[in-house]
Amino acid sequence: MPSYLLEIIVLVGGLVLLLLEAFTSPKRKSSIAIGAISILCFSLILLFFADKGFSDKNVELTRFYAFDPLARFFKLFTIVATILALLLALDHRKVLSKFTANPGSEDGTGEYYCLFLFACAGMMWMASAKDLVSLFVSLELTTITSYILVGYMRRNVGSLEAGVKFLILGALSTGFLVYGIAWIYGATGTTDLALISERITEQNSTYLLFGLALILVSLAFKVGAVPMHLWVPDVYQGAPTPTTAFLSVASKASGFAIAIRVTEPFLNSGTDLAGKTTFILAILAGATILFGNLAAIPQKNFKRLLAYSSIANAGFILLPIAAWQTASDELTSKQVIAFYLTIYLIMTFAAFFILAVIHRNTGSDEISAFEGLGKRDPILAFMAAITIGALAGLPLTAGFWGKFLAFKTAIDAGLWFPVSLGFIGVAAGFYYYFQIIRAMYWRSSLDSDPMEIRPIASRSIAGLATLLVVLGFWPQPIYWILQNIS
Amino acid sequence: MSIILILIPFLAAFAILAGLGKAKSIATIAATANLALGLGTVFCWRASTWDFSWEVLSKPSIHLSLGFYDGMSLVMVILSVLVLFTAVMSGKCPEGREKLWFSSILFIGAGGLGAFLSTDLFFFYAFHELALIPTFLMIGILGSGDRKNAAWKITIYLALGSIILLAGLIWLVSASGSETWLFDDLLASSISQDTQPGIAALLIVGFGVLISLFPFHSWAAPAYASAPAPVAMLHAGVLKKFGLYGLIRLYPMVSIGMQDWLVWLIILLLCNILWVGFVTINQKRLDMILGNSSVMHMGYIFLAFAALIEAGSFEANPLAKPAAVILMFAHGISIALLFMLTDTIRRKTGTVELAELGGLAKAAPRLAFLFGLAGMASIGLPGLANFSGEVLVFLSGFNSFDGECLGYVQTATILALWGVVISAVYMLRAYRQTFQGTPVSHTSSEHLKDLGPFCQIPAGILAISLLIVGLYPNSLLQFLEEPEAVTSETEQASK
Repeated sequence: MPSYLLEIIVLVGGLVLLLLEAFTSPKRKSSIAIGAISILCFSLILLFFADKGFSDKNVELTRFYAFDPLARFFKLFTIVATILALLLALDHRKVLSKFTANPGSEDGTGEYYCLFLFACAGMMWMASAKDLVSLFVSLELTTITSYILVGYMRRNVGSLEAGVKFLILGALSTGFLVYGIAWIYGATGTTDLALISERITEQNSTYLLFGLALILVSLAFKVGAVPMHLWVPDVYQGAPTPTTAFLSVASKASGFAIAIRVTEPFLNSGTDLAGKTTFILAILAGATILFGNLAAIPQKNFKRLLAYSSIANAGFILLPIAAWQTASDELTSKQVIAFYLTIYLIMTFAAFFILAVIHRNTGSDEISAFEGLGKRDPILAFMAAITIGALAGLPLTAGFWGKFLAFKTAIDAGLWFPVSLGFIGVAAGFYYYFQIIRAMYWRSSLDSDPMEIRPIASRSIAGLATLLVVLGFWPQPIYWILQNIS
Repeated sequence: MSIILILIPFLAAFAILAGLGKAKSIATIAATANLALGLGTVFCWRASTWDFSWEVLSKPSIHLSLGFYDGMSLVMVILSVLVLFTAVMSGKCPEGREKLWFSSILFIGAGGLGAFLSTDLFFFYAFHELALIPTFLMIGILGSGDRKNAAWKITIYLALGSIILLAGLIWLVSASGSETWLFDDLLASSISQDTQPGIAALLIVGFGVLISLFPFHSWAAPAYASAPAPVAMLHAGVLKKFGLYGLIRLYPMVSIGMQDWLVWLIILLLCNILWVGFVTINQKRLDMILGNSSVMHMGYIFLAFAALIEAGSFEANPLAKPAAVILMFAHGISIALLFMLTDTIRRKTGTVELAELGGLAKAAPRLAFLFGLAGMASIGLPGLANFSGEVLVFLSGFNSFDGECLGYVQTATILALWGVVISAVYMLRAYRQTFQGTPVSHTSSEHLKDLGPFCQIPAGILAISLLIVGLYPNSLLQFLEEPEAVTSETEQASK
């Protein structure tokens, strides 16, 4: 089966659902979400049977669209992340319906679920983009959908403010991207990423570096890295929780997918441009880790804390790109990134599901809302402790392996400056993540009723937390998923 | 096979969390079975049936690999099962917190056993971390006194130490070029002389924080003072030995790099012995005395390590490693016994302030006898285990003495001898103020009873092991002699 059908299925499915939404009664809008999840599950199954499906003679496609193991991995990743985000949205729909035209009804929440499908289709394209033009088009499909997802609760001031901030900075970063593409096209005469590395010469390397730097700035916006990280805390805090989870996992991952595609020709070129790219990336990684982790320390709001933690994680994922490793006897940089992202998906979604439960029961995202959870709901607290431990990178939780491999790759490559900042970051991470464990177990709350948890949330949390523990002892299954990536 | 030793406490802890039965009975059965199995291994630990290996990740190659790597592992395993058994049996759990209490103790025990049984560097590190989490939680939730600050302090210190250590370990493996993280492969590889000092520094600081090496020791005493007794026993008795075990285990890989830091290490360990020793004399509370004394005694074990560094290899100073191991064992047992008895005193009289105690020996002679025995052991009275350890340490310090000029290690050994006097001062004074003199109202025989049988049995076991190792040190030393075949293999590898 040709792989590009997958994007088409998701996209057309989204359009059909949007049509159906108009005819669904206001009480049954959640069926749209279930429809969206079924479409994604269907394409998830099809993904295992997908192949390239078109010949190399088909120039229009081969130039713009790649279907290699890396693309397959990121498509799988995007679909799973979107399914989880939709599950979270289903669980979170009570909060969403507070901000509709007539509060309390689900009227006007149906489109929210469809938007995830469009964003998902855009990200699946991004995973396959091998030309700067297709990269730009797919990126815009995702970004524009994300603007709406962020500002969806438009009667809530926080969400609206987040949407406006996201829109303005997003437009700025798009400008950087287009400008960078123009420079690269001007210097090499091609937008095909595969051809760029052949056309690097002494004369054009300065222009290329400038173009690459501009593109990296715009990708930094996408993944939430320094220097375009300022939107992250405000947008994450204001956006509806499912959108936040979606942005921090799927959107970040697809940002890294194209970051790999864009930097690869430069890093593999063997010219001194490779060294300069590494230098830029190493600086970005170090600065991102340091900023994310240090700025997280004084946070009192868990959602905002997760935003800073997501910046910090972007820094950790930049490390293996900077330490570009292609030798096949070790994990390559691409594999390490895929490894890290897989684990990041599990722990971040677990954290957001827990956050949603806490928010529904206490009406607050503050860390103080976790106080006394150890007594109120020991099982949820235990799961939360596992998740927080994984985020902090405790050994024998899955979270440790991601950081461990990222550091190992960077140490093997001798990037001592970002690595030492990275260790400072991890140490700071222990401090701010453990504040939540401290709140849960060492403090007591006034309220002692057990938490109300719906089946979707309880099963997702239990499943994700179990995965974190099992993969902590035995990470080999992740390796099976990504072993074909070269 | 060796995985059973870890699985018993692990599964028991999960069974307790899942509520499959009465927490105390599950924990007691598990700890007893583990004790029996652990002591049983003495007879068959060299058998290959103990080895267990499972590759959990193929690139980089990391194995969950367990077994007795050498006699040092065996001694530490015996120490762990003994202390775990006592910790489960002796502690008094607060009402309604049985699940947390017993499962945490078992998790800590399982983590400690896992670390000492691992023959893979990665899991050696990871199991120790696993044991630290319940330690922090228990101090924070069920500790006494200023528990929140003590718990926060130990958490931050040990987390930082672990991170520094991890950096050192990754660098070590990366620099060695070894394909796996197995001790076998690592110790067979060599590291270039230029990178060794850097790695050695990270290892000394990383492990040093975990062992409470001066000046990273200030977390220890407050944490032990506020920790629930079983946690203090397990951490001071077992987990703290992780760092020393790791330093000795990895030493051959960085033997040249360590030499650069020998003088610094000697200064720090002397601070451990003398500075912290004087701090201990000045303490007014029994639990703070014990906490500080456990920091102080780490200095002696570091002294054996310094003698090893000076000599350059295990063969050049054959006394150093056995000395360190025997003292680790002896200190683990004696401090566990002391913490356990102090907790009993706290429960019976409601205080551990020396000023408020006195004359306990009249009301509780058995308690006084056992405390005296453990206290004497901790000072280093001949006939008890610590004496064998300390004598070996001092002998190993003078092993390379040429009879003319005192080296750094010899000077340090002479200064460290004064530590014995310091120990005697604070321990004898603590004993006198607690057990002798006239009883005050809450220490008189009308108010309190002597040790009950549930405390006597575990305390007796620890006391007997102190005596056995003290009177017949060969009971442990025999395990620490390398069999001929193995020695020649390592020699070949080092060539």
